[in-house]
Amino acid sequence: MAMTMAEKVLARASGHDSVSAGQYVTATVDRIMAHEAFAACCFILLSNGLSKFHDPDSVVVVIDHWYPAPNVQYARVHAACRQFAEKFGVKNYLGGAGVCHQVLPEQGFIRPGELVLGTDSHSTAYGALGAAGAGIGLTEMAWVLATGSLWMQVPPTIRFRLTGRPGAALMSKDIILHIAGHFTTEVAQYASVEFAGPVAGAMSIASRMTMSNMAAEIGAKFAFFAADAKTVAYLRGRVEGEPRTFGPDPDALYDADYGVDVSGLEPQVACPDDPGNVRPVSAVAGTKVDQFFLGSCTNARLEDLEVAASILRGHYVHPASRLIVTPASCQVYLDALKAGYLETLAEAGAVITASGCGACPGSHMGILAPNEVCLSTTNRNFKGRMGDPESQVYLASPATVAASAITGQIRDPREVWSGTPLAEGATR
Amino acid sequence: MTQLIRGRVWRFGDNVNTDVMAPWDTISQPWEEARHRVLHIRHDFVDGVRPGDVIVAGRNWGCGSSREQAAQYLKNLGLAAVVAESFGRIYFRNSIAIAFPNLACPRVSDAFEDGDEIEIELETAIIRNLSKGKELQGQPYTPEMLEIVEKGGLMALLKERLEAGRL
Repeated sequence: MAMTMAEKVLARASGHDSVSAGQYVTATVDRIMAHEAFAACCFILLSNGLSKFHDPDSVVVVIDHWYPAPNVQYARVHAACRQFAEKFGVKNYLGGAGVCHQVLPEQGFIRPGELVLGTDSHSTAYGALGAAGAGIGLTEMAWVLATGSLWMQVPPTIRFRLTGRPGAALMSKDIILHIAGHFTTEVAQYASVEFAGPVAGAMSIASRMTMSNMAAEIGAKFAFFAADAKTVAYLRGRVEGEPRTFGPDPDALYDADYGVDVSGLEPQVACPDDPGNVRPVSAVAGTKVDQFFLGSCTNARLEDLEVAASILRGHYVHPASRLIVTPASCQVYLDALKAGYLETLAEAGAVITASGCGACPGSHMGILAPNEVCLSTTNRNFKGRMGDPESQVYLASPATVAASAITGQIRDPREVWSGTPLAEGATR
Repeated sequence: MTQLIRGRVWRFGDNVNTDVMAPWDTISQPWEEARHRVLHIRHDFVDGVRPGDVIVAGRNWGCGSSREQAAQYLKNLGLAAVVAESFGRIYFRNSIAIAFPNLACPRVSDAFEDGDEIEIELETAIIRNLSKGKELQGQPYTPEMLEIVEKGGLMALLKERLEAGRL
């Protein structure tokens, strides 16, 4: 029977020849990701009399949401994570290597066709490499750590076929914001998403990661790109052995099949307080901004920092505003340093912080005061997300954030930049 | 045997997200401090809610983060259940994992007002507005989900399997 990517993964993971949407299965988890929630997972397991993981080698622990520790409370959580990693025999303890969704792919822990569960809603990001990534909470994670498997419903799949010719300054962030605005933040509720079509094929792995990551905002359980030659090239040298391609069967059944023509698509901005409250940048141009944030698992990869640096080169952040740059991982930090992007950004007046989640969930390194406005490359702008409940967050691409930082107000990046990483062969 | 839940209704709208149920900085706070911030978008809620009350909400209740505190805080406040038109998927799974009854029911939003008396048959997902004499059919839990909720959550089930040597 023809299967979607979600069906293929869950069939294999549950030991069936085939499964179809709606079916309930018990799936064996290939890769387990836990961030700071790891400490609580271990604590509840121990308090229920369980002192052993099903497969410690499948587990990767990353410290990212409050790294480096901003206070004693989180220093204690981090210390507990380290102690529990040792106690339960987790070899893959990556400490503060950066945001989990950048670090796991970067260090070769994600493979096409695998089932990856993480203690973070944006675990859909692993779909950029053709893996079935999904977020779960800490009690379910405790169960998965103990048993190695979890009950799942095989989701229906929605396909977005991305076609057309990306215009100036367009980034994959604009496309996923457009989808959230146009199709609503519920379009993929309980469903798996496949991004397909020529624009998806031409995208860099970094651009794909942005879309798979933010698919959590349209309700997606998984958010796949087919693993193609580009994926294989990215994975080669990171994973053991020769990586393989992975995609849906050609005649797989989709619950919905949407065409998205990106020709003429203007850069997009999600307005407070919902990622679905999306408008073209021209409709909100001129909005005064206190803080610009270029960071998070959505948009702080090398490609994003390169775009920001090329826009800010020779300019300066508006004196009434501040720009905070938080590279997605230590590796991205180092690569951006060597490439000169961080120097350019620092010369433009950006504050460059250590890698981690930082300001995105309102952890530290950029909390907003009442009535402050932030233009951010992150994935969520819920009320109070980045600080005081009376602060406001707008979401946009790195190009829009960088261009706006110069004038201190939201601005169409096409005024200063005509490039796009979406053109075939434009960047990595 | 069908478990009956009966309580007083609090109405909420669409797309109420995890960040307003459990603001980020409450995650490191003791419950006594954190409780004052739960669902801060409705100012009369935390001080007015009583054990046994039920939330009736619109679409996409609990969208957003994987933070289990969103469901846990509501349970901690003593809420007996949530009935919503649809749920954010991680929130929904979390509620099952911690044995906090949450049922999906199309058109439930229009059937209730603040303060109405609700009755929920957990097994059949029949939802009644006792104040207005209306009955709606929600989406029942699968037997597996119902088992987790009725046993007291995933950890209770894990403990049971561990003791029975079935792990």
